[in-house]
Amino acid sequence: MRHIISILMENESGALARVANLFTARGYNIESLTVAPTEDQSLSRMTLVTRGSDEIIEQITKQLNKLIDVVKLVDLTEGGHLEREMMLIKLRAERTQREEIKRLVDIFRGKIIDVTDTSYTVELTGAASKLNAFVEAVDEELIIEVVRTGPSGIGRGPKGLGL
Amino acid sequence: MELSGGEIIVQCLKDEGVEHVFGYPGGAVLHIYDAIFKQKDVKHILVRHEQAAGHAADGYARATGKPGVMLVTSGPGATNAVTGIATAFMDSIPMVVLTGQVPTPVIGSDAFQEVDTVGITRPCVKHNFLVKRLEDLAETIKKAFYIATTGRPGPVVIDIPKDITDPGIKIPYSYPSKVKMRSYNPVIKGHLGQIKKAVKIMMEAERPVFYTGGGVVLDDAAKPLTDLVDTLGFPITQTLMGLGAYPGSGKHFLGMLGMHGTYEANMAMHETDVLIAVGARFDDRITGHVKQFCPDATIIHIDIDPSSISKNVRVDIPIVGPVKQVLKDMLKVINEGEMNPKKQALKQWWEQIEKWRSMDCLKYDQTSDLIKPQQAIEVLHKVTKGDAYVTSDVGQHQMFAAQFYRFDKPRRWINSGGLGTMGFGLPAAMGVQMAFPKAEVAVVTGESSIQMCIQEMATCLQYELPIKIILLNNGCMGMVRQWQEFFYESRYSQSGMGVTPDFVKLTESYGHVGMRVEKTKDLEGAMKEAFSYKDRLVFLDVVVDPTENVYPMIAAGKGHHEMYLSPGSELV
Repeated sequence: MRHIISILMENESGALARVANLFTARGYNIESLTVAPTEDQSLSRMTLVTRGSDEIIEQITKQLNKLIDVVKLVDLTEGGHLEREMMLIKLRAERTQREEIKRLVDIFRGKIIDVTDTSYTVELTGAASKLNAFVEAVDEELIIEVVRTGPSGIGRGPKGLGL
Repeated sequence: MELSGGEIIVQCLKDEGVEHVFGYPGGAVLHIYDAIFKQKDVKHILVRHEQAAGHAADGYARATGKPGVMLVTSGPGATNAVTGIATAFMDSIPMVVLTGQVPTPVIGSDAFQEVDTVGITRPCVKHNFLVKRLEDLAETIKKAFYIATTGRPGPVVIDIPKDITDPGIKIPYSYPSKVKMRSYNPVIKGHLGQIKKAVKIMMEAERPVFYTGGGVVLDDAAKPLTDLVDTLGFPITQTLMGLGAYPGSGKHFLGMLGMHGTYEANMAMHETDVLIAVGARFDDRITGHVKQFCPDATIIHIDIDPSSISKNVRVDIPIVGPVKQVLKDMLKVINEGEMNPKKQALKQWWEQIEKWRSMDCLKYDQTSDLIKPQQAIEVLHKVTKGDAYVTSDVGQHQMFAAQFYRFDKPRRWINSGGLGTMGFGLPAAMGVQMAFPKAEVAVVTGESSIQMCIQEMATCLQYELPIKIILLNNGCMGMVRQWQEFFYESRYSQSGMGVTPDFVKLTESYGHVGMRVEKTKDLEGAMKEAFSYKDRLVFLDVVVDPTENVYPMIAAGKGHHEMYLSPGSELV
């Protein structure tokens, strides 16, 4: 099963390497990994997407918790949560295709953020599955470049992951 | 008090109560060595190879329970130390490792003797630090000792760039009395509800068995464990790392379990209905094939490390906490409760165990003229009255020592169980002997293993360490040869070790006493003579039967009930 794990870590050098190292050393999968500082400069927040059986996910969370720099973590998939990922996608947009692409971008509530005679660059935000759907909806031959941030996640409701 | 970085390091060690540092100097740590030169409280032991510094600090920690400390230079100093660090990591040994680093401004420039020590050691430490500001040095050292010695212990590396230790830059010094880390809070007590649940299951057990490991030794929990086992009257088996916590001569002890465990211990594991695992980690050398492991058992697991629980084998009643505390609480629950173990069922269970025991699975030919390695260990036990500190290397001799020395006290059996590091024995013994100068310390080794750190005989001379090296010399890498005999149709690929130095002469050239014994009838006399040299290192080269194998044996990936027993037994 796919799991989204949210981790609060000390904002120390090497913290990211410790997490990445753990996954390679123990043979776990990382589908994506995003890191950035939070409102508290001493902490960074990491969102990690991985796949595995219940036993493996249990070990992953335990091993992550064992890292000295990890302050707190939560498996968002265990409860209601929101997931967002941003994609920048550059598409070949010649005269005949321009209208159709524009319509598709509107349907997906994306934005065209750069335009040339022959291309559009589209910004699209949503759950990873929505981004996948957009990529599939576009004719493969029109895609010049795809850049995705990997998902960030947050739990639903008033409670937050904090100290 | 204003101190330089080098002086701060030495002062921190003093304030932490460190008496011995095992190390080797080099460019990046010269300032630190200068600070060591100017004081007398912290004693530095100069090894001959950084690997040995690691094992010596490790042996010191295993024997005393205090953290071992080592100091090495950058680059090759650090890489040589990695084997020592990884060995300690696999067996959860508390250790603080100080490594020199090139000066901060040149880090990352491929400077002379630069390696990314923090990167290289990351997978084999509990935690590591790179000190980037002199102001952080004392606090980092305090944190390192705290992390190394609390929770599940382990080695912590502190990488210190040379400019941080510059004698020209001094800052006010004070050693933090306490350290608090929001991201690191080890459990200090097991959950009482879980403990009560476990006790209830134990009282209903008909075929229970304790399976205990290194965690009992590390947490100094031998006393409550022994009390608990004897109160309940349950059988107990111990892992290679757990030996000595419950006395080897104790009446409930079944011997070691696992790949080279006894028939009765492994059969009891296979047939048990309630398994009580304490400070053990269900390693593959213990479980064999996990699908066939304890097929009928409800499993209770006590461990300080939550990630040990249900890692390899699914556990029914997990209890996360320090084993000593949990065992004490368990005893209390039992003593204050109304429930008692099932007497009749236990009687039948013991009758079954006695039947297995009567197989006498450790028997060996005692009539041979050639010295049997098992016999050498039994004679060692006799001559040292079973009270020596015994370190070992890795291979057949290690298994024979584990099977035949019957350790009655914890922290007496010192070996590399997890990583299986050849070359561990002699330097580990140096650490033990440094800690206990008057104690009898024996290294049980093989002619292959001993050569991996044999240079340390010079260290032993320098510090007058009267270690006794008992070499079981079979002229080959015995355990490799055994596997080749069993599983590779006796194709002995590269496992011969016929070309060795004359160990007697070699020992003498290092300034010690060398002896050699070849016949069974001379064995005991030679052993006694070796131990009669109270103040000298003696190297006793015992020529043993090269064809001897370690039995019983469970082949890798087999179940506990599928054992090879010694030739001549009924169940080959």
